[in-house]
Amino acid sequence: MSATTENSGDPIADLLPTFAMPLTPRWNVFGRSVSPVPLKAGITFLLIVAALQIPQQLGKSDVNLFSEVLCLAIAAMGVNLLTGFNGQISVGHGAFYGIGAYTSFLLVADHEWSFPMAALAAAVVSFVVGLLVGLPALRIKGLYLAIVTLALAALFPQIVIRFADVTGGTSGMQITKQETPTVYDFNRPPSDSGLQPDQWRFYVIFVVAMVCLLLVRNLVRSRVGRALVATRDNETAAEVVGVALARYKVLTFGISAMLAGIGGAMQVFLNGSVNPSQFGIDLSITILVAVVVGGAATIVGPLVGAFFIEMLPTWLPTDTPQASPVLFGLSLVLLMRVAPGGVVGLARRTWSRLSPKINGPRPGGAPPPMPDDAVTA
Amino acid sequence: MSEFLQFVFLGLGKGAVYASLALALVIVFRTTGVVNFAQGQMALFSTYLTWTLWDNGLPVVLALVISMVISFVGGAAIERFFVRPVGGAHDNPLAVVIVTIGLYLTFGALALWLWGTNAKTFEPLFGTGAVKIVGASIDYQTIGSLVVLAVEVVLLWLLLQRTKIGLGMRAVASNTEAAALVGVPVGRMLMIGWGLAAAIGAVAGTLAIDTALSGELMLVPLIYAFAAATLGGFDSPLGAVVGGLIVGLTAELSAAYIDAIGQDLRMLPAFVLIIAVLLIRPQGLFGRTTVSRV
Repeated sequence: MSATTENSGDPIADLLPTFAMPLTPRWNVFGRSVSPVPLKAGITFLLIVAALQIPQQLGKSDVNLFSEVLCLAIAAMGVNLLTGFNGQISVGHGAFYGIGAYTSFLLVADHEWSFPMAALAAAVVSFVVGLLVGLPALRIKGLYLAIVTLALAALFPQIVIRFADVTGGTSGMQITKQETPTVYDFNRPPSDSGLQPDQWRFYVIFVVAMVCLLLVRNLVRSRVGRALVATRDNETAAEVVGVALARYKVLTFGISAMLAGIGGAMQVFLNGSVNPSQFGIDLSITILVAVVVGGAATIVGPLVGAFFIEMLPTWLPTDTPQASPVLFGLSLVLLMRVAPGGVVGLARRTWSRLSPKINGPRPGGAPPPMPDDAVTA
Repeated sequence: MSEFLQFVFLGLGKGAVYASLALALVIVFRTTGVVNFAQGQMALFSTYLTWTLWDNGLPVVLALVISMVISFVGGAAIERFFVRPVGGAHDNPLAVVIVTIGLYLTFGALALWLWGTNAKTFEPLFGTGAVKIVGASIDYQTIGSLVVLAVEVVLLWLLLQRTKIGLGMRAVASNTEAAALVGVPVGRMLMIGWGLAAAIGAVAGTLAIDTALSGELMLVPLIYAFAAATLGGFDSPLGAVVGGLIVGLTAELSAAYIDAIGQDLRMLPAFVLIIAVLLIRPQGLFGRTTVSRV
């Protein structure tokens, strides 16, 4: 395979051999070399059609569960960008999720903003706070950053409680029927749509999630994305080839916080309520775990991981409910041994085993390339 | 004055608990380079063990000793079977974080499963009495905690500096490969490190008990212990103790005298301390700076 990006003007693609590989290697479908583009488009199309059927086919509580999955997935996409692609470990994105949730809730409930504007504001606020947290994070690396962000996650609910006169304190807040119509209707379907509230909410959140997914995908596959991955793998080397480390790392922190904030805003859209106990350490851990379970540094990993995490409790046997979190914790510990690449990594590995030969035998018996682009590998 | 002294005593009492847990964190970090997010929940689990033994009629000290032994074995087993297979903390920090988070969830859930949500009555280790000093009262528990902490540090120092096992542990901490080459059983040293930390955690958990034992016992102390270890230097046992006491004092005094913090924002001093130390003096007060070749 020869490099297709010779002297493209992109310093990293030119200098690092890994990233100079063609960005869309051909897929191996049972021994035949196939261009992945139509195949991927087809699969994506089918999945989207299937997802759009969810509100039509399932009951109200299941639709809401899927909406929860999407909210978590949006936040996990943010953490994936930061932790998976850029290597900055965050155990604190629950705080940004909470910032997004409270910002949108307060703007809708107290200031009667329309929800789209409130969500936009939530995204901006969490982006800015993310930048601010990202600044000190420049000097704090690896496990230490995990500690700082964990402390942030523990701090956030206390801040909410401290400013109880604005935030409603420990008991949280809820939009009820007594509110003015503009507020109460913020997450009701338009009257001429013929949709139930849960269906309408799912569709809105689904569209937002897909937009976020596209954003992350395009970002990761651009030169910015290659810069992020290069920074993660070897900071010094990345800086030497011309990556503006500080700018990229802080910006990544901001964008990932923004995505978490959007997730929080969507959660408000779904539930119409906020409570500080939702946004503590547990949420932060859940978001990070969703990334890892799905597959860190893969595009669809956060979505898959969020799905598994939300669904797992419903699959486990219910006769001893206390046992399921124990199983969950243990399986997380074992996951790092069995499938460090998460569900997506496992699927890729299985795939490349099932269809072993691609593009003829490779010199030195090197394993066939993963059936996805080089950036995400 | 007596009011101020009262808060100082309170801070020292809490600080002793944070220091104890920080000591456990430091032991693990020194030997294996892992920041163990599960240390608090492991300590919680050990404390429940102590409670169960005590509840079945054993004297509390004996219960604690047995629980420490079990914790030691458990900690060593966790290192061997769960942590080591994942690989070094330096190569793949995310995997290590996830494994210890998995352990955090497991032990929290296990404790909930086995002992339920109801708080268990558990007398403080050193009773509920207090001594009056200059108008302020200092609990027996606080005095006892400080004594226990001092004993822990001395024993740990003796172990690390005066025994062959300690020498091996230090060798592994400073250069694992070189240690392996001169015949130090590296794996055993790592297991001893985790075991020791778990046993120290069992003490920390028992010291943390105010009047009752519940699942939230170690959540707040864990964050403060992180602050303490960061402040003292993650590779320094002495630093963990000094850091723990400073963090305890800072937390209590700032909650008492700074209105903006009060009882609600108790996590703020810990958070600010962690960030400030990492930015200004990343190696902590007593830690060693690491120089790495690139």
